[in-house]
Amino acid sequence: MNLPTYPLPDERGRYGVFGGRYVPETLIPALDELKAAYASAKADPAFLEQYSTLLREYVGRPSLLYFAENLTRHAGGAKIYLKREDLNHTGAHKINNCLGQALLAVRMGKKRVVAETGAGQHGVASATAAALLGLECVVYMGAEDIRRQALNVFRMRLLGAEVREVTSGTATLKDATNEAIRDWVTNVRGTFYILGSVVGPHPYPAMVRDFQSVIGEETKWQLEALEGRPVPDAIIACVGGGSNAIGIFAPFAYLPENERPRLIGTEAAGQGVESGFHAASVAGGKVGVLHGSMMYLLHDDEGQIQAAHSISAGLDYPGIGPEHCYYSDRGVAEYLPVTDAQALSALQLLARTEGILPALESAHAIHQAVITARELGEGKVVVVNLSGRGDKDVAEVMRLMDKVEAAEVRA
Amino acid sequence: MTGTLPATTRAGRLQAAFQQAAAQGRAAFIPFMTAGYPTPERFHEVALQLLEHADVMEIGLPYSDPLGDGPTIQRASEVALEGGTSTRRTFELIRGLRAHSDKPLVIMTYVNPVYAVGPREFMRLAVEAGVDGLILPDLPPDEDLDIRALAEEAGLALTFLIAPTSTLERVRIVTAACTGFVYAVSVTGVTGAREGGALGEVPALVALARQYTDLPVAVGFGVKDEATARMVASGAGADGVVVGSALVNAVAEGADLGALARDILKGCQKEA
Ligand SMILES: Cc1ncc(COP(=O)(O)O)c(C=O)c1O
Repeated sequence: MNLPTYPLPDERGRYGVFGGRYVPETLIPALDELKAAYASAKADPAFLEQYSTLLREYVGRPSLLYFAENLTRHAGGAKIYLKREDLNHTGAHKINNCLGQALLAVRMGKKRVVAETGAGQHGVASATAAALLGLECVVYMGAEDIRRQALNVFRMRLLGAEVREVTSGTATLKDATNEAIRDWVTNVRGTFYILGSVVGPHPYPAMVRDFQSVIGEETKWQLEALEGRPVPDAIIACVGGGSNAIGIFAPFAYLPENERPRLIGTEAAGQGVESGFHAASVAGGKVGVLHGSMMYLLHDDEGQIQAAHSISAGLDYPGIGPEHCYYSDRGVAEYLPVTDAQALSALQLLARTEGILPALESAHAIHQAVITARELGEGKVVVVNLSGRGDKDVAEVMRLMDKVEAAEVRA
Repeated sequence: MTGTLPATTRAGRLQAAFQQAAAQGRAAFIPFMTAGYPTPERFHEVALQLLEHADVMEIGLPYSDPLGDGPTIQRASEVALEGGTSTRRTFELIRGLRAHSDKPLVIMTYVNPVYAVGPREFMRLAVEAGVDGLILPDLPPDEDLDIRALAEEAGLALTFLIAPTSTLERVRIVTAACTGFVYAVSVTGVTGAREGGALGEVPALVALARQYTDLPVAVGFGVKDEATARMVASGAGADGVVVGSALVNAVAEGADLGALARDILKGCQKEA
């Protein structure tokens, strides 16, 4: 296999005005080193062979492209296909990227990796890759997310990773990311930072995109086999930082406008964008800088970062990757808000129609898929990136549904 | 009126402060305190107390996500924000200090609060409040070339950071971009009071900076008392000693701030 090459970012790591490297000077030499190491790995057939072998034999790729016939019937419109990243080893798309970065860490001679995690999926994937490749692994996780995702915390510990609780700030993904960066600044000479999404300073957003592009590349030939054409009419994916979405969008995003499918990212709208309790950075944010890059961001008039809110820990992030910001500004992709309640009911819908329990994150995309399939109508094709499975969310969903039922009884 | 000083005077005033300290055989003492910490009223008193001993004062404009800072300053930022210390309030507090002191005042904050207000407007407000310089620890100089032009226009000194990991090329780029003084980060890490042994890389870093710049080189991160100040001032030959977390800790614990400042100042005295 080859990793894809895209026209963006530019040499300075910019997607238009977005992106860049807003980090302490201590890290600049490390980022230069990473950029060079990644460029050399990307051109090295041995590295690519090692990576693709792991994707095939360890992750279980290609992931299935499944025609969701019952969901299609329920929606009543375009055919809905599910790109089954939930079937990957460790249960989400995150493993694609973690293996790529962990291989790079080994190549660079690093013995220790750090990672941040929200839902725990990136933490589990990092811990898994570290176990496989014999690396020491420390995962930073917000106290609130440790509560919501106890199962994943235990999984990481079983895999031999150290999970460090973060209580500063909002005690969620944003603060776990700050802590992971602080650790990296402190231990930069021997530590590799495995970043979990298409955010952070250059070259992270580009590198994570390249590793995740396997999702979109597979979709092309799978759809060709199933529908006789490589490009669907719409592609839908949920967006936290945006890695699963960019993974399925990017291979289509640079097509000429008239050949490009509709690309729709679903942002977590929490209790509604107007409520202020949401994580919808495009719909409810404005341009700013966080974690090393310029992007759409939830922050106040004086630049203080606002807390993001979502039912799903993995989408609970106040920013969105710089390439998505560029897509949004240029009309390449649309970013639409989906609320907690809509995601919760979409989760139940997919469970009942298809017998597939999606992650709460992915449920945001399922909600939009039903709407878009109806809009497009029969004869059209929609692909949804099912970024992960819902096992990790079952306890939290049970708690939330009990609350809903209790409220219904009281009403 | 400080707000109407000619453009060149602010960087000049910083340089003069370093020169004056040098003439007295000292490294300049540069205490740091977070604006509005622990409360806006207490900050005013604490800052005046530190200014008695300071050559230059560094004031932290509180930010929600200070990723270059360790737990002490991070917490001070949180407390200040909870207490209502906004950007505008920080400028008011600085104006309050200006009424009592004409020593150079430098703001340390992150790029996002500057971008949110707009760099030009931010600098206008800073100059109006009597600020002399700006330090943005998450902005490498080559990441935003406009900001340098704007600072020059506003007459604000801009200080960028070098670190023990900096390559020769980075030291060249960073020192060339600095006006006022160069900030050398003593350790690979975030701010915080550490064990003295952590300062081992300082002499080499200061020496390296000297090959590229004639500006004063101040060292910070990890200096906490007389002994560590001496390691930096006499041991490494730095022109300035920045102390942050140790002073913030002293305020948090209700320790004798004046005594600590006097001790550190003693450590700044160069041994013959
Ligand atoms: C299953 C799943 N989907 C999506 C996400 C959101 O991340 P991204 O936007 O980078 O794909 C997460 C993050 O933890 C996740 O676990």
